Amino acid sequence: MGARLISLILLIAAWYAGSQLAGARLLPEPQAVALAIVDEARSGALAFNLGATLARVAVAFTLAMTLGSVIGLAMGRSRLADRLGDPWLIVLLNLPALVIIVLAYVWAGLTETAAIAAVALNKLPIATVTVREGARSLDRALDEMAQVFRMGAWARMRHVVLPQLAPYLAAAARSGLSLVWKIVLIVELLGRPNGVGFEIGVAFQLFDVTRILAYALAFVAVMLAIETFLVQPLERHVARWRPRPA
Amino acid sequence: MSPAGVRDRLDVSIKQKSYRAASGDQLQVLGELAFSLAGGEVAALVGPSGCGKTTLLRIIAGLDDDFEGNVALPAHGMLGMVFQEPRLLPWRTVEQNVRLAAPKATDAGLDTLFQTLGLAAHRDHYPGELSLGLARRVALARAFAVEPDLLLLDEPFVSLDDALAARLRDELAELVNSRPVTTLLVTHNVEEAIGLADRLLLLSLSPARVLADVAVTRPRTLRTPQEIAVIREEIARRINQAYL
Repeated sequence: MGARLISLILLIAAWYAGSQLAGARLLPEPQAVALAIVDEARSGALAFNLGATLARVAVAFTLAMTLGSVIGLAMGRSRLADRLGDPWLIVLLNLPALVIIVLAYVWAGLTETAAIAAVALNKLPIATVTVREGARSLDRALDEMAQVFRMGAWARMRHVVLPQLAPYLAAAARSGLSLVWKIVLIVELLGRPNGVGFEIGVAFQLFDVTRILAYALAFVAVMLAIETFLVQPLERHVARWRPRPA
Repeated sequence: MSPAGVRDRLDVSIKQKSYRAASGDQLQVLGELAFSLAGGEVAALVGPSGCGKTTLLRIIAGLDDDFEGNVALPAHGMLGMVFQEPRLLPWRTVEQNVRLAAPKATDAGLDTLFQTLGLAAHRDHYPGELSLGLARRVALARAFAVEPDLLLLDEPFVSLDDALAARLRDELAELVNSRPVTTLLVTHNVEEAIGLADRLLLLSLSPARVLADVAVTRPRTLRTPQEIAVIREEIARRINQAYL
């Protein structure tokens, strides 16, 4: 904890030194950014834009994780599904995020659906690949045990398969959350009338670095809170059976 | 023992079973082989390592249907199986492991079972916190908790030290005595087979056939070391005849 704090203080000190060197226009001082955050918060704009972005992140993330898990599990378990799905996966994995976003807007208009679909589609192949890896390494021995004891489909999924997939799902969720919010910002910049990405786009046109940093840092703080209070406790709960290192 | 009309026999009749090896050759593991177990009978499949005992057990358990022949399970075909490894779910406690396999088990039934197997203090432990001996006991508890029509045991005491294996054998015998169940035990340990089974089926080297069917008529609890030694001699003689 102490080391983390020192590291954080060093970061802010470096920022301060940098702003003295580069000038406030290119890199405003930390306290100026803090004040801007407070201002935006007072006017209600911060909460509104953070909320809009967070909602898009939540929907796109849930969609991508759900679909990715189902497809990944199917591809990891069935050779046929793997052969059928693999070319699609390779195409999606190698399609630049920007291409997917632009095409979604062209085909479906500048709508919420297009925005969320574009983000989910960007995240989907990575979630699928990760979960497929997990499904391929499922323990045959436990599968046979479940079969011999005639465990039902739901019980097998919940007690045999999902706990084995948990580390893979956690990895997919971790990397997915940070990827999704970065792409949501681009989607908002290109075709939404609100959200953190939209605000950053406006600030860019006005060359307002203070506002860019204010929104970026506010959102990083939100994601950090989600990681600390949601993702980590969940991970600890899922890993509770692992013998702790003495 | 079972209500009239419900079949409680196990009938196994195998024509042959072969694997395709990585080289592409067909490798025959089981030859023509047939036997039946009456309800409540405890039989041991005895044979040298690699003769196909486990393959046979997997076929009977329904885990391998790539063979020529027929297997008819007793009654509703509810199986209790103890694998060579405990095969417990590491992320569920001892009690959850048993209950997941046997959702219909009653609290009283489980209490008795855990008591008999010395697991009462370990109900809330995770498998990673157990010794191999304890984990094997949990696997036994799980197989008994389902109140199976057929109990399959695949070398259940392998890689335990002699004293512990003997204790577990006694506990298994106690369980089988308290609730008779048709049981098929696979082992390469002749003594273990004689100590537990009513019948010994000697298997040949691969491809496995039944070499001999030896009945052990004395009840399990009354078998003396001398009698066991006599049967052992007899089996050793037959094995030597067959394998040499």
